[in-house]
Amino acid sequence: MNLKTFSRGGVHPPEHKLSSGLAIEELPLPEVVVIPVSQHLGAPAKVIVDRGDQVKIGQVIAQSEGFVSTNIHSSVSGKVLKVDKFMDSSGYRKMAVQIQVEGEDWEETIDRTDDLVRNTVLKSEAIRKKILEAGIVGLGGATFPTHVKLMVPKGKIAEYLIINGVECEPYLTADHALMMQRTEEVFAGILVLMKGLGVEKAIVGIENNKPDAILKMKQVAKGSKVQVQGLKVKYPQGGEKQLVQALLKREVPSGGLPIDVGVVVFNVGTALAAYDAVNKNRPLIDRVVTVTGKSLEKPSNFLVRIGTPVSYLVEKAGGLPGDTAKVINGGPMMGKALSTLDVPVVKGSSGILLISEAEARRKEVLPCIRCTKCVTVCPMGLEPYLMMSLSEKARYERMESEKVLDCIECGSCSYTCPSSRPLLDYIRLGKAEVGKIMRARKAV
Amino acid sequence: MNKFIVSPSPHTYTDESVPKLMYGVIISLLPALAVSVWFFGIGMIVVTSVSIASCILFEYLIQRYMMKVKPSHLDGSALITGLLLAFCLPANIPFWMVMIGALAAVGIGKMTFGGLGNNIFNPALVGRVFLFISFPVAMTAWPEAGQWMQYTDAVTGATPLGMMKEGLAFKTVGEIMPEVPSFLHLLSGKMMGSSGEVSALALLVGMLYMMYRKIISWHIPVSILATVFVFTGVLWLANPDRFADPLFHLLTGGLMLGAIFMATDYVTSPMTHKGMIIYGVGIGVVTVLIRTFGAYPEGVQFAILIFNGFTPLINKFVKPKRFGKEVSRG
Amino acid sequence: MSQIIIYTIITLVAIGSAAAIILYFVAQKFNVYEDPRIDEVEAVLPAANCGGCGFPGCRNFAETLVKSESWEDLFCPVGGNETMASVATLLGREAIEQAPRVAVIRCNGTPEFRPRFNEYDGAPTCAIAHSLYSGEGGCPHGCLGEGDCVVVCAFDAIHMDPVTDLPVVVDDKCTACGACVDACPRNIIELRKKNKKDRKIYVSCINEEKGAVAKKNCSVACIGCSKCFKVCPYEAITMENNLAFIDSDKCKLCRKCAPECPTDSILELHFPPKKEITEPVEAEVSE
Repeated sequence: MNLKTFSRGGVHPPEHKLSSGLAIEELPLPEVVVIPVSQHLGAPAKVIVDRGDQVKIGQVIAQSEGFVSTNIHSSVSGKVLKVDKFMDSSGYRKMAVQIQVEGEDWEETIDRTDDLVRNTVLKSEAIRKKILEAGIVGLGGATFPTHVKLMVPKGKIAEYLIINGVECEPYLTADHALMMQRTEEVFAGILVLMKGLGVEKAIVGIENNKPDAILKMKQVAKGSKVQVQGLKVKYPQGGEKQLVQALLKREVPSGGLPIDVGVVVFNVGTALAAYDAVNKNRPLIDRVVTVTGKSLEKPSNFLVRIGTPVSYLVEKAGGLPGDTAKVINGGPMMGKALSTLDVPVVKGSSGILLISEAEARRKEVLPCIRCTKCVTVCPMGLEPYLMMSLSEKARYERMESEKVLDCIECGSCSYTCPSSRPLLDYIRLGKAEVGKIMRARKAV
Repeated sequence: MNKFIVSPSPHTYTDESVPKLMYGVIISLLPALAVSVWFFGIGMIVVTSVSIASCILFEYLIQRYMMKVKPSHLDGSALITGLLLAFCLPANIPFWMVMIGALAAVGIGKMTFGGLGNNIFNPALVGRVFLFISFPVAMTAWPEAGQWMQYTDAVTGATPLGMMKEGLAFKTVGEIMPEVPSFLHLLSGKMMGSSGEVSALALLVGMLYMMYRKIISWHIPVSILATVFVFTGVLWLANPDRFADPLFHLLTGGLMLGAIFMATDYVTSPMTHKGMIIYGVGIGVVTVLIRTFGAYPEGVQFAILIFNGFTPLINKFVKPKRFGKEVSRG
Repeated sequence: MSQIIIYTIITLVAIGSAAAIILYFVAQKFNVYEDPRIDEVEAVLPAANCGGCGFPGCRNFAETLVKSESWEDLFCPVGGNETMASVATLLGREAIEQAPRVAVIRCNGTPEFRPRFNEYDGAPTCAIAHSLYSGEGGCPHGCLGEGDCVVVCAFDAIHMDPVTDLPVVVDDKCTACGACVDACPRNIIELRKKNKKDRKIYVSCINEEKGAVAKKNCSVACIGCSKCFKVCPYEAITMENNLAFIDSDKCKLCRKCAPECPTDSILELHFPPKKEITEPVEAEVSE
């Protein structure tokens, strides 16, 4: 097989795909769900239900505010207990709706049959509207509202749709499971997105550690305009810019988006959600979450309703192992450490990873010996060692000219540093400060 | 309830660490060490042990009592400095000179700048050059190989490069060549020279090991060696009576040791591959210039030190190729 | 021999004179006129170059003092009124007096009051911890304890207390330059009016969450009950966003508010034991 990959940098963290090949298991409903109104990038949605209201599965409970925003739906049926601030994955308290689960009462408009709807008669604009209404966001983790991405800005031309089935994060297997078990639906979703975007060509990029998924997607895509391309295993291939470069040899310009080179990238999970939304009228109320960890009794791929507490998932996967010292929402490279299990699954949760005491702590920080490893692995061609020392000295203007904003925060530099230096921590700080400076400049 | 640890991503780290890298370098120096011990016997053992012990001791003392920080004398970097310093000294040099060299290397070369990671110049070379200028006689009396039990009383002779430099004053290259050791001896190291630099073969084995372990990339050693080869080749073709052939230049003196172990020192070499090549070519050119036109028979140490000085400049102006500056279609 | 000496002298003199002539013209050409008073003012300033006045260094501040028409907002917190007065005499102007201030840490979330339920293991700066999450104790407003304020203090006036895990300001050393105020990502540190004998009363909490929520994370959080607000005779206390604030410029240190606080979030420091001043009140006085 002819395999492609991106050209600059990259690392090979051990894969540990413990839940690979396991069937997607639908979890029974929890007793209470907490659904945050800001599960996407952009403006938080506006709550339109009140305490005591009865809601159905799929009912809109918070409405999109502004263009870059999207709807939030109830993932269960029952009574609204509270509309208040609840702790999110960062430990800060954000507005959310708490619902007591009572029975299973679905919105009538939702097509709940398993019948496959291959084609849609809808036009591009109608598809976008449906996707906005269904609250679809990028399910790879960035949670950018999908309808915004489908809207090609004036002066730009979309040529390719790229479907991201790379799943380059170690441990995570949710996308793999989707491609294996919901192949037809994912494929139909790709067709929906192509139509919504108005493009003729689509490429599905899948890393070669999932040969079964490559094969299966190839079979289903045979004879269509969707091409399936195997990729060499290398992190961070799932980064939009890296994936576009790997597949098409086009480099997204600095500060630009894939659409600047005629490409729009979606995750396979997003494709499935788009299928559900457009062909089955089903809003985004659940997603596949990998629950994994070396000491976990039963690593699993769960189909989970949005708003389910993380503690419930861990319990269903065999309970919290005694040696757990770190819980990560997402993968080990880019995921966010949780301070408590008392937070809900949101649209962007791709996995829950439990790390044991032995691997949880960072190693002692040693002086930088200028080994050049961080520069070599940086997929964006930046100099992390320099960024860190500039950030420590608060030299943010220099950081800006060194293109710190190009950093995709993939963590390859911190991963590879033999001195265990917190490179990305400081780069992220610098990025935030540079962002502030740039906004202030714009305001003047 | 478990008390969770919270930290920013990433949450997984490579197994590589600074001590592991350092000990990797030490392993790759072992073949050359073995060859030197084979050729120079007891002298090599004394010089090496004294050099390593004093480098580690001085590092410990300076960190503990002058800088008042937690000593890091066992992280392997002082050991490498000691080993490399011993490698570029004659095996018959008195041990107290070695100690002075170690003090210069660690004290002046490394600790004055703030310790590991902050030094501008390669510490071992600072020590070597310090000794070379302070004790020129002792530093240029090279013992002949094969004197197992002799230390400071070993019979000495001239290095091949020294013979070439001396000889060229009144002879042609063709007349000198029969006097220098054969190429087989130059390759295996049976010649006069600093204790660790003699065996090109053993040093190359070390280089291959370091490349295999991904401790160093090919850029610096290859660019230095290629530059020396090409530059001396051009000179040789222009006037074979006046200039020795490129193979002779590659295999003699401290070139291999310098190109493989000294110039590739992480701290004092550039951060980008492009920068490394500029650095390597520069070192190669200056080495050849000193060897063929300068007053000293060997110039690789000076060339490396000079380009150590250029490294910050190279880092400032040679940047890695950023992602996404140009848009290529195809 | 004498020829050599003569030539040497001639050459050296020639080089020297040529250089002197060049230097003279260069100095003329690139001469920048500077008000001599700037130097004088700079000499009076503390030369700490801390930036507390809002200028990059003492010289810049001296320049501004000499040039600007109005001295409003121009004050050297380090030198204080004394320095400003001598600058004023020097320039023949009127100094604007400001009350001396001191930095105060408005968080009392020690491990005892605010139990830590997780452990931070990132780069040891508050700025990074703050952008990552709410902190080891879960309070989104509380002190993160990584010591960014300690690092920026140019006067060695702040240090971390290992027991309370909170920074401590040494009042005698603090110059109110405000570096720590800017460094704290959570805006916990406030510059408050300096009182006699370093006495202070302040609400040691900036949590704006609802009372029950704030109390959940920290037993000494301000719950916004307004009891202190009601008892204050000088209108020095304001209530905003579930949080009481004592204005140090209005506060007369009457100490009526502190005993009212149900969560002990109002701290009284450096006062003599209460009984000696007013009639006995049945409340525990902290410190």
